[in-house]
Amino acid sequence: MKKIHAQRVDLIFEKVAVREILDKALNMKPEDITQSVIDSGLKGRGGAGFPTGLKWQFTAREKGNDKYIVCNADEGEPGTFKDRQILDEVPEKVFCGMAIASKAIGAATGYIYLRGEYKFLVPKLQEKLKEFHHMMKEMGHKFEILIRLGSGAYICGEESALFESIEGRRGEPRNKPPYPTKSGLFFKPTCINNVETLVYTVMIQKYGPAHFRDMGTKDSRGSKVFSVSGDTPKAGIFELELGMSVQEFVDIFGDGDTKTVQVGGAAGFCVPRKRFEETIIGFEGVPTGGSMKLFNSSRSMYNVLHNYLDFFTEESCGQCTPCRVGCQQLLKGIEAVKRGEKSSRYLDELVKLAATMKIASKCGLGQSVGNAFSSIVENFKEEIIY
Amino acid sequence: MMTITESIKEKVEKHGRARASLLPVLQDICAEKNYLSDMDMIEVAREMNISAADVFGTATFYSFLDTIPRGKYVIRICKTISCSMKGKHEVLATMEDILKIRLGETTADRKFSLLETNCIGWCHKAPAILINDEPYTELTPQRITEVLRDYIKNK
Repeated sequence: MKKIHAQRVDLIFEKVAVREILDKALNMKPEDITQSVIDSGLKGRGGAGFPTGLKWQFTAREKGNDKYIVCNADEGEPGTFKDRQILDEVPEKVFCGMAIASKAIGAATGYIYLRGEYKFLVPKLQEKLKEFHHMMKEMGHKFEILIRLGSGAYICGEESALFESIEGRRGEPRNKPPYPTKSGLFFKPTCINNVETLVYTVMIQKYGPAHFRDMGTKDSRGSKVFSVSGDTPKAGIFELELGMSVQEFVDIFGDGDTKTVQVGGAAGFCVPRKRFEETIIGFEGVPTGGSMKLFNSSRSMYNVLHNYLDFFTEESCGQCTPCRVGCQQLLKGIEAVKRGEKSSRYLDELVKLAATMKIASKCGLGQSVGNAFSSIVENFKEEIIY
Repeated sequence: MMTITESIKEKVEKHGRARASLLPVLQDICAEKNYLSDMDMIEVAREMNISAADVFGTATFYSFLDTIPRGKYVIRICKTISCSMKGKHEVLATMEDILKIRLGETTADRKFSLLETNCIGWCHKAPAILINDEPYTELTPQRITEVLRDYIKNK
C-alpha cells in the first residue's frame, strides 16, 4: 500500500525537560552528538537544505577555540512565520539546540540574529535566556548566547550577509568559498542553523536519530513546520511529515478552488494544478523553508508575480549587477508586456534573463528570483500578457 | 535634557566602541526618536572613530534605520501579497482617512508616519501592521479605526 504522508507531527512544539536532554547531550563525546545528527538525516530547515550533521562536522574539524554557533532567526521569506511561533512558544528548546551544537563543534559563544520585525519578542527572550544561562552555570557548562537584532533587510537572512550585519556593516553577502564552517562570523569557523533545525536537533537527542529518520522519504527525512496562508480555510502553522505531494497538501488545506500553490515563498516555485499530483514537497521535488501560499482561481498571477518582483527589486542588496539590474528589468519587463508596449515574445527574453541571474548572481537572492519568475510565466503566460 | 553628544556617548559606552556595536547603537537611537539625524550619525562616527560616510552608508542599508524625520509612532503596513489578498488596501485607505496623510507621509503634529514594509511574518493573520515594534493583526477597517483612535487619544 502506498504510504500516506501529510501526517500531523508534534515534535517542535512539544514541551520537553530541556535540562534532562542537556544533561545527557553535554556529557556525550562531541563526535557522537554530531554522528547522531548525521544519522537522523536532518537537513537545514531554512530552505537550502544542507545536511545539518555535516555542517556540524565541518565546523568541529576546524582548528582553534574561537568558533561560533549562530541561530538564524531572520525569517524574512514572504509567507514564512513559523520561526516566530517557535521562538515565542519554546525558546528554551532553541537555546538548548544551540548549546548542543556548541558542544559538538567546540564553541563558547552563540548568537541569535533576530529580524527587527520580531523585536517585540525580545523582552520575553531575554528573560528566558537569563534562566537558561543560570541553568547552564548550575550544570557547570560555559556557554553564552547573545541576541542581535536586524533592522528590516531580507538579505540578512543570507548567512554571510547576516555575519556582516552582526559585525556592524551593510548586509552584503560575501564571496563563497570560504564557507562559514571555515570562515564565518568575525571570520572564525561558524556553524549557522535555522531556528527550526536547532529544535529538531534537540528532539533527535530526546528520541534518537531513528525516530526522525523513519519519517519522511529518502531525500527528505523527518518532519517540517509549514506556514500556510493565502486562500485557505486553515491558515496557520502545521508540523507535518515530509514526503507528501502538493495534491495531498491541497486536499487538506485547499478551499476547493486552488489554482496554484507557491511553495517556498517569493524565492520558491509556483506549482499549478496540473502538477499537484506529481510534485513532492521536499528536496526531491520542490523544497521549502516552510512558506506555502495557496491561490484560488479568483487571483491574478500577474499581481502575484508583480508583488514578488517588487519585493526582490527592493530587497536586492545592489552589490552585484545581475541581481540589481536583473530584478529591475524583470519588473519593468512584465509591466511593459502588460501595457502592450512589448510583444508576448518578450517574455521569453525575460525568462532567459532570469536564467542568467541564476548563474551569474553572487548569492541565493539573485539566484532564486528566476524560480518564481519562470514557473509563474511558464504556467500562467496568458495571465501575464492579458 | 541631554544634548545629542551626551546621549550618544552614553549609548556608545553601553554597547562598546567595537565596529560590531554600530547597529545596536543606531537601533537604540531609532528606538528613541524613530530616525537618525545627520548630527546623530556624525556624533556616532566621532565616538566610534569611524567615518561619518561609513555610518551613513551602513544606516541607509537598513529600511528600519530611517534617516529622515518620522513621527512618534511609525506605522508599517505589510505590502506582501498575502496581506493584499485579505483586505490590506481597505485598511490602508482607512488609515489614510483617519490620519489625513498618504503613504510615506508624517502627520503635521509629528505623531504618526505611515509606511509600507515587506512581509512581517503574520500571513496567517493578514492583514498586519507594525506600530513601532508592536504587531497588530487580522485588521479590518473597523478594527484599525479602534486601534488608531486609542493611539490618538491615549498615547
